[in-house]
Amino acid sequence: MTIGFALDCGVALLVVAVGGWTIVARASFAAVVGFVSFGLLVTLAWVRLAAVDVALTEAAIGSGLTGALLLGAAARLRGNEVAMRAERPGPALRIAAGLFAATVAAALAAAVLLLPDPAPTLAPAAAANAGATGLGNPVTNVLIAFRAIDTMLEKVVLVLALVGVWSLAADRGWGAAPSPPCAAGSGDKTAFLAQLLTPIGIVVGIYILWEGADNPGGAFQGGTILAAMWLLVMMAGLANAPAISRRSLRLLLIAGPGVFLVVGLGGLWFGAAFLAYPVAHAKAVILIIEFVMTLTIAATLALLLAGPPEREASP
Amino acid sequence: MSLVRDIFTVVMVAAGAFFFLAGTVGLLRFPDPLTRLHALTKADNLGVGLIVLGLLPRADGPIGALKLIAVWMFVQAAGATVSQLIARAARRGMSQP
Repeated sequence: MTIGFALDCGVALLVVAVGGWTIVARASFAAVVGFVSFGLLVTLAWVRLAAVDVALTEAAIGSGLTGALLLGAAARLRGNEVAMRAERPGPALRIAAGLFAATVAAALAAAVLLLPDPAPTLAPAAAANAGATGLGNPVTNVLIAFRAIDTMLEKVVLVLALVGVWSLAADRGWGAAPSPPCAAGSGDKTAFLAQLLTPIGIVVGIYILWEGADNPGGAFQGGTILAAMWLLVMMAGLANAPAISRRSLRLLLIAGPGVFLVVGLGGLWFGAAFLAYPVAHAKAVILIIEFVMTLTIAATLALLLAGPPEREASP
Repeated sequence: MSLVRDIFTVVMVAAGAFFFLAGTVGLLRFPDPLTRLHALTKADNLGVGLIVLGLLPRADGPIGALKLIAVWMFVQAAGATVSQLIARAARRGMSQP
C-alpha cells in the first residue's frame, strides 16, 4: 500500500464522516462549520484527482462563499432557533423526509455507479480543438469558448440571485447601502489585516485570472478573491458599501453578461453563429470577456454577501 | 552535502509536525477557548514555520523559496488576526453569560 493510496483512503473516509456529521449536527452554526470543513476536504479530493481548476472553485465558491452565506443565515436565524426547535414536525413527516432524501442519494449513487465504462466524454474533442482559441488551459477553453453559452447564462443567474437578495430590502431601505456583517465592533485588528492583505489579494486575484489562460485559474476564481478583498475592506470599516441605486454599480453588475451578449450577437451578425468568435482575434476577444466578467463576478459576489440594503437612504 | 540537507529537512519537518500534533491535542483537551487558542497558534506559527524552514533547501530557485516564506507570513497574519477576533468574542461571551 503506497502513501498516496493511504492518503486517498483517509480523505475519502474523512469526507464521508464530516458529511454525516454535518447532517446530524443539531445547531445550525455547527452544521455550517461542518459544511465548510466538508468543502475543504472535497477540495483535497479534487487535488488528488488532478482537477486543480475544480479544486480552486470548490475552495472559493463551494466552501468559502457558500460557507460565508450560510454563516450569515445561521447568525440571522440564531434568535429564532429555540422557537424553531419547539415547532419540530412530527415523526411521520420527519421519517418521510429522511426516506425521500435517502432515495435521492441512492438514485444519485446508482447513476454514478451504473455509468458505462469508459464514461461518455467529450474530452478528446475538446483536446483536439485546443489550438483554435490560443489558450493553453483546456478548462478555460471549454468554459469560455466551447460551452460559452453556459458560462454566459451562469453570469445572468448570478445577477438574478443578487436581484433576489435585494428584493428582501425593506421599502425605506431601498436604494440605500447594504451593511456588511460584523461591520461594528470588529476593531483595529480587522483593519490591520485588511490594510495588509488587500493589496496582495488584488494582485493574486488578477494573477489567477491572467494565469487562467494557460494554467488552473480563471475569471471565477480570480473574481472570488477580489470579492473577498472588497468584503474584507468593507467589514473592517475602511470603506462604506456602495448605495445600490448608484448607476456605476449597476453598470458594473451587468457589464459581464452584457459584453458576453454583445460578442454573441456580433458572432451572429458577422460570423457563423451566436457566440462565434472571430478566428483571428479569438484570444483577444476571450481576454476582454474574461476581464469584464471578473469585475462583474467580484462585485456580484461581494454584494451577495453584503446582503440586502438596510440603512436608511441618505438624503 | 545532500545528506546534510536531507537530515535538516527531516528534522525540521518532523519538529513542525510535532507542534501540529501538540496544537491539535491542546485544541481537543484544553478546558476553555483562550487556552485552546493558545494551543492552536503554536501549531500555526511554529508548526508551519518549521515545515517551511525544512522545505526551503528543496525549493526550486529563489522564487520558490520566497513563495514558501510568503505562505508562512500569510498564515501568521491570518492566524494572529483571527485568534484576536475569536478571543475578543470569547471574552465578551464570558462577561455576559
